Formats: sequence, structure tokens, C-alpha cells
Amino acid sequence: MKIAIASGKGGTGKTTVAVNLALSLEDCVLVDCDVEEPNTNIFLNLELGLVEELNLPVPKIDKEKCTLCGKCSEFCQYNALVTLPKEVLLFPELCHGCGGCSLVCDDGAISEEKRPIGVINRGAGKGIMYFQGLLNIGEPMATPLIAALKDKIEDDKLVIFDSPPGCACSFIETVRDCDHCLLVTEPTPFGLYDLKLAVAVVRELKIPCSVIINKDGVGDDRVERYCEEESIPIVMRIPYDTEIAKLYSQGKPFVLKKKEWRDKFREMLEVIQI
Amino acid sequence: MKQFTVISGKGGTGKTTVTAAFASLAENAILADCDVDAPDLHLLLKPTIHKKIPFYGLKLAKMDEDKCTSCGLCREHCIFRAISSDFEIINDRCEGCGVCEYVCPTSAIELVERISGYAYISNMRFGPMVHAVLNTAEEASGMLVSMVRNNARDLAEKNKAETVIIDGPPGTGCSVIASIVGVDLVLIVTEPTLSGISDMKRVLAVTEHFDIPAVVCVNKYDINVENADDIVSYCKTMGIDVIGKLPYDDVATHSMIAEKTVNEYSDGELAKGISEIWKILNKRLKEVK
Repeated sequence: MKIAIASGKGGTGKTTVAVNLALSLEDCVLVDCDVEEPNTNIFLNLELGLVEELNLPVPKIDKEKCTLCGKCSEFCQYNALVTLPKEVLLFPELCHGCGGCSLVCDDGAISEEKRPIGVINRGAGKGIMYFQGLLNIGEPMATPLIAALKDKIEDDKLVIFDSPPGCACSFIETVRDCDHCLLVTEPTPFGLYDLKLAVAVVRELKIPCSVIINKDGVGDDRVERYCEEESIPIVMRIPYDTEIAKLYSQGKPFVLKKKEWRDKFREMLEVIQI
Repeated sequence: MKQFTVISGKGGTGKTTVTAAFASLAENAILADCDVDAPDLHLLLKPTIHKKIPFYGLKLAKMDEDKCTSCGLCREHCIFRAISSDFEIINDRCEGCGVCEYVCPTSAIELVERISGYAYISNMRFGPMVHAVLNTAEEASGMLVSMVRNNARDLAEKNKAETVIIDGPPGTGCSVIASIVGVDLVLIVTEPTLSGISDMKRVLAVTEHFDIPAVVCVNKYDINVENADDIVSYCKTMGIDVIGKLPYDDVATHSMIAEKTVNEYSDGELAKGISEIWKILNKRLKEVK
């Protein structure tokens, strides 16, 4: 079974849920898909090894062969190539690596070279096989790294994907093909609005979802009313608790101190598996 | 006209709460919400929309089943895995590159325009605001951020506005880059948690990579004072100024529920802290050439 933990809004507690759920279960795979800001291992402290450096193809133009015909730059939908009077200019960070430019080049002037965009790391311990991606600084495109990261996972075990915030490309890439999406929210207007956006996306992708209310008690009951109206089950409530907040700030998973929560996480998993 | 962007790396540190409060303190500014994935600024500023502009993001491949001979060339060439084994286009994977259209021997595929969202030009109680919404399960948020930025700049020039205040998205990727390129100053709102610190360091590396001046504000500093001190010393060694520390305060949530900015709702410590930061930011912006 593959479970994604997502939210729309940032800082609602996705990583908290992912880490504490994984530690409560043991014998599972945990994948941090927030390749822009992976934080899961702050809480696990596993020694990580390199699995792969991910490269994307970018065009390499042979100036000897290039006739400056302009077909490549005309074809490129991303404006990554510009044909100037004396050369074709490449903006590598705009390139999506589709390979169209080399297909349309009649002069055989375009070959592909590789451009590193990030790395995939792995570690193991505490009953968890852990994977994460880390996007290079200044690199705009996160989705190819998330896709490559997900390709590394064999799903004979329970797999938990910790999603990045937002509701666009990176979120979609993470939750795609998952069996269930746990949406972590907080009982505030921002939490509710972004929850609605996230629900719309997971429904579009036809993924069953349920809600976890974190920092329960800080706001109002609008999230609850919304879930009731939309028939979305609320499968867990984590109270706002200064001890939990303090543990989080220190990078400590709260199930290690509050052991009764292990059972709550296990029970929640049983509920969503039905 | 000066532009500055509020970012954080980590989500939920208080970007939008602080940005909305700036709106109530600013004179002659344009507010821009560049978190187009999950925009929240409008929930506090309650803009009235005057203009809705369709956003054409990436194009989309469209398959004519009658013409398709199932030869498989499109699927073979698509690096985005956007063509299913039944030769249907998987819309949310398609990045509109046009390779399938080019390789198809029977012209069964064509690229079509798609509306991926809308940009808005609005007014709210503190002045003009520009924002946008990405349609459900759409991509290209970086392009939409650039559209919002252009709208903000045009409006600022037209209104002779002094400042463009930009609420940025979390992360370090395309939308963040699109939100900060070319601005005069970046304000990083962080929190004293190990995650917050780790994300702040990465986002500071991004501002440095693009050579954009940055300052830091530590929000909810009192949830872990030792970590807050660590942030201050880290920034000191990096030559980055910490221009304010804000306390954890329920007022942030209460004002949000009341759909008001912190500074409209309260005149307590949090509001005073934000006012101080706003003064320092303005001074900094004046110094930027």
C-alpha cells in the first residue's frame, strides 16, 4: 500500500505525521518527496548514502555543424534556445529535456549532454527504509527528481510518501498512483482554504483521502464542518500541545516520548486501509 | 519603485501573516500574492476583483483517436511518460513539448492551448492587489508567478507606487525563483525549529545564488530560544542581518479567524514587532540602489 501525506498549506505537520506514523509501524518505507526542503531525516538521524545523482538531458550544439536555421529555437516551447545571428544560445535551467530540438535539427548539430539537478539518498534504521531527494540550489524543476525518487521504491511493503506543500506539479507527482492520501490540516482559515484546494486535486486524480487535524483546538470548527459536508473522514486529531511543539523544534519525534500515540497511529492506518 | 519578497523555505512559518500586516502599514504599495499553488493572502485582505486574465500555461497534446494507428512512436519519444499504453494523453503529465506531434506519422496529435489558471487585478481596503489561482491539477506555477509579477510591476508604474510587496511560496524551486528574481530585497521569515533552520539555510543559498540581498526575521522565537539564538549567530557568520524577532502569539490565529491583519486586530507585542520590522525594511529598501 502506498500512502501520501500532503496538505496544500505548508507547516501543517506533514513531516510530523509521516515520521511518527513510520516510527509507530516499523517495517515500512518512508520517502521524503519534498526535494526542495527535505526535513524528515532531521527527525530520524539516519546515516544516508548516495543512490543516484539525477541528470536531465540538455542539448549540446556543435557550432561547426549548426547552420543557424532556427528550427530548434522555434520548436522549443520553453524558450530554452534562442537563435542569434552568430550562435544558438542555451538557457539550461529552462530546458525540460524533451529532446525535440535534436529531432528537428536537419544538420545533426544537436546532441544531448547531461546536467545534474539533484541527488537521491537512502538510509535505514529504526525499522524504516528511508529515501529522500535533494534538489540542487538554484534548480527550478523538482518533478523529474520526485519521479526518479519514486521509481526507486519497491512497493512490497507499506510506503509512506511525505509530500511537499502546494497543490501543483510537485504535489501531483508525489500523490499520483498512491492508494490513499492523508491530508494534514490545521483548524484555521488558511488551513481550510488550502485543504479545499488539495481535496480538489486528489479527487481529480481519483485518490481516496482522509483528513488529520493538527494543532487541534487553536482555531475554529470550520474544517470539521467542511469535512462533514464533503463526507471526508477525520481520522486523527493531534492537539495543540506546547510539549509536542517543543519536541518538534528540537527535531524529536513525539511518539518516542508519548508512547500511547503509537497505537493511535496504528489504529488510524487500520481505519484508512478498510 | 522597489520590490521585496517574503519567503521562508519551510511552509507555515508566518509569511502570509507578516505580509498581510505589512499591507495595513504600507502607504502607496502594491500587494502581490505569488503563492499561486495555495494562495491565502486574499483571505485576510478580501480583495474585490476588477480584472480576470486567463493564464495560458504549457500547451497540451490532443489525440485524435480516429487518426491514431497505435504505432507507438509518440509513447517511445515522450520523456514525460504522458502517453498511456492505450495511447491516451495523460493531461497532468503532459508538458506540452510537441515531440509527439512532431513524430506522429499520421498527424493524430496536435498541441492545443490550455487555460491553466487566472490572474486577477483587484482592490482591497489598503490599496491595489494582484493575485492568481492555478486551476485544479495544473502545472506551470512558475510561469503564473511571472505573470503576477508583471501585473504588479505594470500597476506600480501606472499608480506611481513606491513599493511592491510580494508574498512568496514555500520551497526553493521554480515558483520561489520566479518570485525573487529581480527584486531589491528578500525577507526570510523563519522559525526556531530544526526544520525551519535547515530550510532557511537552503533558501539563503538560493538568494545568494541569484545575488539578491536578504534579511531574516525569526517568528515565534520563544518556542525555542536556544534555536532562535543559533539562527542569529548563523546569520551573523553569513553576514545576514536578523532584523526582528517576533513572539508566538495566539493573536496570529485569532486575527486570521476574524479575517483581519494582526496590526488591525491588535496593538500587542506581535503587532509592535511587525511595525518595527516594517520600518527597518523601508529603510533598507531606500538604501538599495
